[in-house]
Amino acid sequence: MDQQELIPHLFREEFRKIIAVISKRLGFDHIDVAEDIASETFLSALEIWPYKGLPENPVAWLYTVAKNKAKNKIARDLLFLQKIAPQIKYTAPQNEEIEIDLSYKNITDSQLQMLFALCHPSIPPEGQIGLSLRILCGFGIDEIANAFLTNKETINKRLSRAKEKLRTEKVQIEFPIASEINSRLNNVLTTLYLLFSEGYYSEIKDCTLREGLCMEAIRLTHLLIENDQTNLPEVNALLSLMYFHSSRFPARKNDHGEIILYQDQDESLWDRELISKGAYYLHRSSRGNNVSKYHFEAGIAYWHTIKNDTKEKWENILQLYNHLLKIEYSSITALNRIYALARTIGKEEAIVEAEQLKLEDNHFYFALLGELYFDIDKRKAKENFLKAHLLARTQPDKKSIQKKIDMC
Amino acid sequence: MEEYALIMRHEDGLKVASPEQIQTWMKQTMDWINSISAQNKFVGGTGLPFADAKVVWHNKVVTNGPFGDIKETIGGFIMVKAGSVEEAVELAKGCPVLQGEGNSVEVRKIAKGDGIH
Repeated sequence: MDQQELIPHLFREEFRKIIAVISKRLGFDHIDVAEDIASETFLSALEIWPYKGLPENPVAWLYTVAKNKAKNKIARDLLFLQKIAPQIKYTAPQNEEIEIDLSYKNITDSQLQMLFALCHPSIPPEGQIGLSLRILCGFGIDEIANAFLTNKETINKRLSRAKEKLRTEKVQIEFPIASEINSRLNNVLTTLYLLFSEGYYSEIKDCTLREGLCMEAIRLTHLLIENDQTNLPEVNALLSLMYFHSSRFPARKNDHGEIILYQDQDESLWDRELISKGAYYLHRSSRGNNVSKYHFEAGIAYWHTIKNDTKEKWENILQLYNHLLKIEYSSITALNRIYALARTIGKEEAIVEAEQLKLEDNHFYFALLGELYFDIDKRKAKENFLKAHLLARTQPDKKSIQKKIDMC
Repeated sequence: MEEYALIMRHEDGLKVASPEQIQTWMKQTMDWINSISAQNKFVGGTGLPFADAKVVWHNKVVTNGPFGDIKETIGGFIMVKAGSVEEAVELAKGCPVLQGEGNSVEVRKIAKGDGIH
């Protein structure tokens, strides 16, 4: 018996390639068929390989089986149209050779086109992320449900609604026309950004899954980088930002799987290789005149890879937050800016600005105020930490705020 | 030495398995079979695809699988050499399909053509 081992995650990787190519061939009307064909292909392998040994070239074996299954399906549909439903005029040539093109180029193109199709503006963001995880990342329904901290039924409903939308909107699996690339790309980048954030900020305990989501977001962003038409400055900026953040994965959790805050992390654990990749793509993003929010976020992430708290560091971060807020306001960005303000100008000034924000349903707001008051007025600090504790939703958050309350 | 068939009963993986899950099953099944062949007790075996499965009934009516109300049906078998049914049962206990609730492995002696059995 052959002792050769399978490459880890081989099936997940081949699943998404097979499904992209077959869906492109059959269209979104048959996306469920494409999913079944891909899954059946791996089950066929499971029915044979353990008993007979691995084939010499497992990937080629999988492609042959997938092709045959797809051809049979198409042939059966043709037969149905010709024999059982002759009243339906079928215009395709009768003896057309059915070709399923699993070449490297077609696989790459199909995945990129699929990325644009799934991030179609008519699909709600959670549907886009869910479908991307299923079709472009090869995740199972269980795995997606775990990632979203929900159950299989919810995910199944979410995915079938999104698929229905793709059909009714007649979304094509194709590259957008030149005049539409920019607007469609924005949507794609938002989805990739959300997918990354889902992994980076998720409350799920499973670190492998969390980091897996981030790595998938990076992989999909690389699809855009590899294509000349989408290798644009903002795409490089987004990729840079993802690499900078990912570099802190090894330092972010303690032995109990609890999150270690940035200022308490052991910087010797930060992944230097990922930081230099971040720097590489940040450099590549500084072309042209278009500055996106990803540029500013990548800049902020870059300064965070330097642990030493210099005046220069925080002044740069403050400026970048100022720019970012002008492009896209969010309460989290506003709060982060206040923190940078406290590190540069001083806590008193930061408190004055913070209290103008009045984000009174946000536990980060009160936690930040507590932090700012800590050295100035312990009573007020405690007051704010107590409010933050009341609003915090997760146990780890409550626990870390409780520690602060005890210190007041 | 006798030969025994270890017949695996489980659910159709198509509706339940992710690619990653199938790969895990693949690895576990290969490990199981490799450990049996390492003891020189593996004779052979095969998976039985669920796709296009049919059942022919006594009145020659043909139905599609799955097979009535049971979700778990024969998905494959291996043949092993063992000194006793107990030994064959021990080998069966390592079968990865047993991780699934409701799944089972049936252990059956293979009849010899020696006129005694």
